[in-house]
Amino acid sequence: MTRKTWVSATAGILAWFAAGCAVAAPQFSFSKTTVLAGARLFAEHCSACHSVGSLRYNRLAALGMSKADIEKEIMLPNGANYLKGMEPAMDVADATKWFGIPPPNLSHMVRARGQKWIYAYLTSFYWDPARPSGWNNHVFPNAAMPDILAPWGGTYASDGKLLQPGLESPAVYHQQVAEIVDFLRYASDPSIFERHTIGPYVLGALVLLTLFAYLLKREYWKDVYNRGNGKQARGPKQG
Amino acid sequence: MSRFGDWLNERFPAREMMREHMTEYYAPKNFNIFYYTGSLLLLMIFLQLISGFLLMAHYVPTSQGAFDSVQGIMYDTRWGWLIRYMHVDGVSLIFILLYLHIGRGMLYGSYRKPRELLWIIGYLIYIMMMGEAFFGYVLPFGNLSYWAGQVITSIIHAVPFVGPGLTTLARGGPGVGSATLQRFLALHAVLWFLIIAALIVMHVLALHQVGSNNPDGIEIKQHKGPDGHPVDGIPFHPYYTVKDIFGVGVWLIIFAAIIFYAPTMHGVFLERTTFFRANPMVALPDVTPPWYLAPYYAMLRAIPNKYFGIALMGLAISLPFFLPWLDRNPVRSARYRPVYRMMIIIMAITFFTLAWVGEQPPLPKYFIIERLGAVIYVGFYLLLPIISSIEPTRKVPERVQS
Repeated sequence: MTRKTWVSATAGILAWFAAGCAVAAPQFSFSKTTVLAGARLFAEHCSACHSVGSLRYNRLAALGMSKADIEKEIMLPNGANYLKGMEPAMDVADATKWFGIPPPNLSHMVRARGQKWIYAYLTSFYWDPARPSGWNNHVFPNAAMPDILAPWGGTYASDGKLLQPGLESPAVYHQQVAEIVDFLRYASDPSIFERHTIGPYVLGALVLLTLFAYLLKREYWKDVYNRGNGKQARGPKQG
Repeated sequence: MSRFGDWLNERFPAREMMREHMTEYYAPKNFNIFYYTGSLLLLMIFLQLISGFLLMAHYVPTSQGAFDSVQGIMYDTRWGWLIRYMHVDGVSLIFILLYLHIGRGMLYGSYRKPRELLWIIGYLIYIMMMGEAFFGYVLPFGNLSYWAGQVITSIIHAVPFVGPGLTTLARGGPGVGSATLQRFLALHAVLWFLIIAALIVMHVLALHQVGSNNPDGIEIKQHKGPDGHPVDGIPFHPYYTVKDIFGVGVWLIIFAAIIFYAPTMHGVFLERTTFFRANPMVALPDVTPPWYLAPYYAMLRAIPNKYFGIALMGLAISLPFFLPWLDRNPVRSARYRPVYRMMIIIMAITFFTLAWVGEQPPLPKYFIIERLGAVIYVGFYLLLPIISSIEPTRKVPERVQS
């Protein structure tokens, strides 16, 4: 990389950071509501190219979405099966031809990259006429993916200058990106709600058990302490 | 005893074994928190057997099917996530316990005569555990599994003459693939497990032959009461069984908290790169082992020559075998050996610093830490015969301090 690119990249990151601070830090409130909102946004914008192969559509029903709604709002690709993993609308062979690499399965992406990375990546695109797609990214330089969210989030130059405002206000837009990240976090860790529901009961039962075990131990060990003070110990056989 | 009990004991020595290993096995009464680790290790290894058995019922040992079958356990199998997190997080917790258990032995001189063989069997279990962990690590066939499998099996390549042949034998072919997964599964679930189980039985039998050491490092058998039992000893059952049940409770709270609230432990217990499918076309920028093997990897990297690096790693792993003969001081416990205690503390800090640095990318700024760590690690064992023969010691009490 030349010095100029370094300078512009650094400036871009600083500008992005400043913009992020000016708007709002990402709100990963993470609940079943934000996951379902993210799933709707994902189905609308991302599942044209990306699969979430490990997550079956019917998993969303467990989060409170009706089967009819899932079929209408999430299962957009033709031939999607309610009981099978989330598939992209686009043919993988076509996508590979158009983008150079197949768009990755996003099932485990948040576990692999972290939710902050995904959020930063999705909000760090800039207009770069030198790239075949016209887009480049500060977080993942020369990414094959174009900024498909630009119509909503706005188009920025590499130095962070707004070239064309998006349809959404920056606050709403960043909230929606955070919801997509929430959905992907759920997709990479689908046991999370179950774990957090059962967790307190398991820990509570174990704490109770440990408490009783401690009382039992204290009762038995009175003998040992008494023997240390010269009193007659209750041996294992007499006891 | 009941008639059934009599019938049984005429044919199987249940009562006798109970007496020998539980009710009439006298353990020192001054055990501290470090002495929970033995029973907790037994518990954790038993849990690994149960969870491993259930995982294996769903696992497909092929390069095409392994990653998806593991994800099937995580996404589609009822309670599958619980079983897998138990198995994965259990490994890191076992190594935490192993390091506390080994560190305890070093601190209180539990490797000294007459416990040399006890120490050697125990250290063998640790080495076998490293192999067991490595085989298991490759099985889910994420990208880290694939590259770790490639890198570790290529270490065998350095063996003179037969190295290349042995590497092919270990992998079951020129590269890591289905044949590797199948033989690693067989090693992980059958051969290695049986050897470890047999060594654990030997370790417990050897312990009960010589008796437990204690934080004061003195023999309780030297002071026996009129009944012939050590005055400072208490029967393992019921005193230590009830104490260990309490320890198990505390430990299970920690274990459950990790499983339910931080199952990947922020990428330390379950690394980020294991969530990418194995891909021979996408090399990882740096293949680092899990944290519990990282100290040896750091020492391997400390020397920029493959053969000398492997030699240093082999030396580092095998030096603790000689500890019983390297320590020449008549006093066992570090409680009464201030210099030795300081050496142990420095050694512990060095070991975990090496674990940290082994996880970092191979940058020149870390080389100095790796080399310094390797020098301290090896230096500990090489200087011990000299320091232990001249170090000052405090007066050792006659009886254990409670």
